[in-house]
Amino acid sequence: MNYFVNEKGYYGDFGGAYIPEMLYPNVEELRQNYLKIIEDEDFQKEFHQLLKDYVGRPSPLYLAKRLSKKYNANIFLKREDLNHTGAHKINNTIGQILLAERLGKKRIIAETGAGQHGVATATVCALRGLECVVYMGEIDIQRQAPNVARMKMLGAKVVPATSGSKTLKDATNEAMRDWINNPVDTHYIIGSVVGPHPYPDMVAIFQSIISEETKKQLIEQTGNDQPDYVLACVGGGSNAMGMFYHFIDDEKVKLIAVEAAGKGVDSGFSAATTTLGKEGVLHGSRSILMQTEDGQVVEPHSVSAGLDYPGIGPQHAHLFKTGRGQYVSITDDESLQAGLLLTQMEGIIPAIESAHALAYLEKMNFKGGENVVVCLSGRGDKDMDTYMKYFGL
Amino acid sequence: MNRIKKLFQEKKDILSIYYTAGYPNLGDTVAIAEELERSGADLLEIGFPYSDPVADGPVIQASSKQALDNGMDLKLLFEQLKGLRKTVTIPVLLMGYVNPVLQFGVENFCKACAEVGVDGCIVPDLPMVEHEELYEPVFAKYDLSNIFLVTPQTSEERIRKIDGLSNGFIYLLSSSATTGKNLQVSDTTEAYFSRIASLKLKNPTMIGFGISSKETFDKACKYANGAIIGTAFVKSLSADDVRGSVKQFMKEFKP
Repeated sequence: MNYFVNEKGYYGDFGGAYIPEMLYPNVEELRQNYLKIIEDEDFQKEFHQLLKDYVGRPSPLYLAKRLSKKYNANIFLKREDLNHTGAHKINNTIGQILLAERLGKKRIIAETGAGQHGVATATVCALRGLECVVYMGEIDIQRQAPNVARMKMLGAKVVPATSGSKTLKDATNEAMRDWINNPVDTHYIIGSVVGPHPYPDMVAIFQSIISEETKKQLIEQTGNDQPDYVLACVGGGSNAMGMFYHFIDDEKVKLIAVEAAGKGVDSGFSAATTTLGKEGVLHGSRSILMQTEDGQVVEPHSVSAGLDYPGIGPQHAHLFKTGRGQYVSITDDESLQAGLLLTQMEGIIPAIESAHALAYLEKMNFKGGENVVVCLSGRGDKDMDTYMKYFGL
Repeated sequence: MNRIKKLFQEKKDILSIYYTAGYPNLGDTVAIAEELERSGADLLEIGFPYSDPVADGPVIQASSKQALDNGMDLKLLFEQLKGLRKTVTIPVLLMGYVNPVLQFGVENFCKACAEVGVDGCIVPDLPMVEHEELYEPVFAKYDLSNIFLVTPQTSEERIRKIDGLSNGFIYLLSSSATTGKNLQVSDTTEAYFSRIASLKLKNPTMIGFGISSKETFDKACKYANGAIIGTAFVKSLSADDVRGSVKQFMKEFKP
């Protein structure tokens, strides 16, 4: 079974580039050049140098001893929360800004939900001196004031998306509209493994540093680079794809993707895409998405803004459909409890997104001695308001 | 013969009007079509609404949202269009995004179009390569035209390919833009339109995006077989007097 993209831009039944003609030249330019640019020696050197000196990679693989004892397995945390800007998102924005420069682009646009990808994009634009415009749902701007301030301080223009439901999917629509209207000088840095081909593949390649490092670190720490389980949360799915990437072809490694069940899968307030969704087209690719019978996109819900997305990347849809990955879901309550647990047992406050992956440990039955890697995709500073309200801190 | 082909054989300076089904009121779809034909429109593009219309500007986005809130969907649209051909004789296209079509089923969609007398479709986010491999045979089976878009950035090689796959007309975007921007016929647009004209394509062309007045319509007609008005028309519709607002709008174009 091939789990990676084919020459037509598909992962099995999913992927492709469902875009209006206005976007064709931009996306085609990217498709023709992305692998050539990424594989170039000079690009690789600059990319890895920045990941090391600027982002602070490699991020540690930390054996969480107290958590391991509780769950009767060796729980390793891949510490993406220790990256500059506090999450895995920066791996992708560093890669894409270097690529945009090589394509001669002068202006960068991005969409953001909670603001993590927006901050990561504004950061690399400041680093390289490029103009930056970030689209963000009007409702998210109100909910995520500190990140809006960060982006502004970094020199980005934050434009409210006032259409539709005024959240992440609408910010994505607005960014696409901007790209349609600025076809020549602008590069769109998509923040997840979604969008038209080649975005899902390109973002996965930039995030694959997560599993590349993990394999090396596992060898050093356990003498074996094959863990029994790898877990990650999935909104669009970029940290999960980075965490899975170098394990996908090794079928002995079980891949577990954790979606946000919100208030419960059947509550009407959920973002559990593989459970609630059907095949269709969203934001330029064929995938699985939450939609009505008439094909209108349904607004998702999760306490975690980073998982509050009605679709998943096409490669995830393929891993789900082929059974290569196990797709499960965790509720708002379960994730917040898992966040508190990690904080009190290991002294790490996780992002609520990452807490979804941690929460699934509670539902697994270990025999003892299994090696389990959980992607701790981000830190919880941005979520303090939510934690404070929930726990009455 | 397909009504679209016949139209282009018989007429010049073709005026096509776009509007969103189910807007401003849920039941206005056929009434607007009737009134447009009576007021001199040559071709109709009826939009079926979608929650995430990325190629559209604010006016058409808002009309889509209103139509969805009113309860419009493809099933209801085909229900409404059942009596269309009793009163409307000009060619009619359906225009919308691919996901609702996929959920309805491509074959079911084409069959329903043929049954109510729709002549073709414009699905902007359906890629040419997918159309060619999967959809073209179904469109052909029901004698539906598929209309492709061309922008100033589209290469000649690709335009030739589009011309080969098209039957009906080619939709020339005046600029790379979302809907609702005003047409500025600058030297570069003029060069682009002339370049297209010089390609001697087998299909006729219609210019769309940014046509909002008689003046811009006439300019566009110099370079193509006609032009398409969308945003300006949608903006002019009044929920309280739909037929009256159509008549009023059309006065400028067909006095």
